[in-house]
Amino acid sequence: MAVSTPQQRVGWGFANLVAIALALIPVLWIVSLSFKTATAITDPSFFPSQWTWANYSGILTTSTFIRPLINSIGIGLIATLIAVVFASMAAYAVARLRFPGKALLIGLSLLIAMFPAIALATPLFNIERILGLFDTWPGLIIPYVATGLPLGIYTLSAFFREIPWELEKAARVDGATPFQAFVRVIAPLAAPGMVTTAILVFLYCWNDFLFAITLTSTTKARTAPAAMGFFTGNSQFQAPTGSISAAAVVITIPIIIFVLFFQRRIVAGLTSGAVKG
Amino acid sequence: MTTTTPPVTAQEQRAPGRRRRARPSEGAREERRLGWLLCAPAVIVMLAVTAYPIGYAIYLSLQRYILSAPQLQKFVGFSNYAAVLSSPFWWHALWVTVVIVIVSVAIELVLGMLLALLMYRTIFGRGTVRTTVLIPYGIVTIVAAFSWQYAWTPNTGYLSALFNNSAPLTKTGTAVAIIILAEVWKTTAFMALLLMAGLSLVPEDLLKAARVDGATAWQRFWRITVPLMKPAILVALLFRTLDAFRIFDNIFILTGGSNGTYSVSILNYDNLFTGFNFGIGSAMSILILIAVAIIATIFIKGFGTAAPGSDLSR
Repeated sequence: MAVSTPQQRVGWGFANLVAIALALIPVLWIVSLSFKTATAITDPSFFPSQWTWANYSGILTTSTFIRPLINSIGIGLIATLIAVVFASMAAYAVARLRFPGKALLIGLSLLIAMFPAIALATPLFNIERILGLFDTWPGLIIPYVATGLPLGIYTLSAFFREIPWELEKAARVDGATPFQAFVRVIAPLAAPGMVTTAILVFLYCWNDFLFAITLTSTTKARTAPAAMGFFTGNSQFQAPTGSISAAAVVITIPIIIFVLFFQRRIVAGLTSGAVKG
Repeated sequence: MTTTTPPVTAQEQRAPGRRRRARPSEGAREERRLGWLLCAPAVIVMLAVTAYPIGYAIYLSLQRYILSAPQLQKFVGFSNYAAVLSSPFWWHALWVTVVIVIVSVAIELVLGMLLALLMYRTIFGRGTVRTTVLIPYGIVTIVAAFSWQYAWTPNTGYLSALFNNSAPLTKTGTAVAIIILAEVWKTTAFMALLLMAGLSLVPEDLLKAARVDGATAWQRFWRITVPLMKPAILVALLFRTLDAFRIFDNIFILTGGSNGTYSVSILNYDNLFTGFNFGIGSAMSILILIAVAIIATIFIKGFGTAAPGSDLSR
């Protein structure tokens, strides 16, 4: 590592600070809003002049938010699980086996990744209405799996291509059964890629807004972002700023935790393992 | 196991340039079947949710079909498309969308490149910078949109004082600028990550050699780094352009599409889920799909962008 001069350190340090500040200011603002009392909302200072937890207690005790939160978690987890399993199978085949149609699969995935969601939401709304899937968990899980698969396949096939598959043969030569070779040698190598893919897919499902508002209508299946979009607040005379801000912070906390703990994985996944460290 | 090679048929003799393909061995056939089997679930789900609905959308777009009057449904050919393409709303939405795409992608390219350089080369605090910079990427889009909306609301927001509390979100020009700001804030990190992957492919030795030869940092950047990053830049541009064209969440929350700030997706949503007009809505969806396809084709054919994953040659 080259020795850095003090000026260089100050320069890079300053650039770091600017980047961090720009990234965090809107987040801090919504946190600050969530703690403001109803009267302080009309006061445009960045930090609350009067603090209150009322916004949080308000939304965390109402079913119009708790239920959507549960929906988000449940639908996200199930969709992620299915998508990662299917994507792993396909990515394993792409990375390891020879068969015609590989380019077609990649092409299809890319095509779907580029689809405008509104073009899909339009017919899906009608189809789900007819099939009775509208406003149900499967009604969201299936589109999430289908649109999350391209991300999953792309990320996983990049990871799987990096695995030295000869290790499996070497383990077999050393006397391991096929199952042992897979579990002891290949699985630990594949696990990081699968964890990363799961995180990316879950973030995608958690974040989605368009499908959530078009394919649901009640708290039966509405996810948290969709519920927030239609929040009306505690009474009809009160702008729901505080409630929405509190809700926003609540659904952001898992994201922050994910990013904090898995930053390296996420960066590696998005850059397909091309960046070291 | 086959032990005899198949006789050369007349068909194979007719094309001397073609490789003579022996029948695939048992092992190769097994591999193929396994490959198809493993891909089957993913392909089935993807096709079921995209191919069929798109076909259905094309069918719907040729009908006059309003949900509040289903008994009036009838085949009307291309008149829905004619109605959309001759509507000033459509062209305004297209104009707004194109402006947003061009401006936001341009800004993101510059800022993303700066951020990529920072994340890649900063001397200390690399982990911290990368973590905090990922937060905009991970945050739910509408959370950020609400944050911006409240920031610009008169008497509530810390930024609205910059505009003398004149409610910038209610005027088309400033509202579109704010939408672009929200888009840029959210996705610059993603652009930076894609560019950082490209940065890592530039060989360090080349840059060192150039420095020894007396090139300044500016020259090193423009003459070595950027040309070597061209594939990564084009891929990043492709993804971001397609994403930006589909913009929806930010506009929905920030302005709801009012005051002339609606994009094509917002217009489509309004016609479909507020107006319940499936015929027009489907026609719009297909038109948006065609526009996206045109953009992708321009990038891939025109700029020679390598579609990611196309280098999977095994």
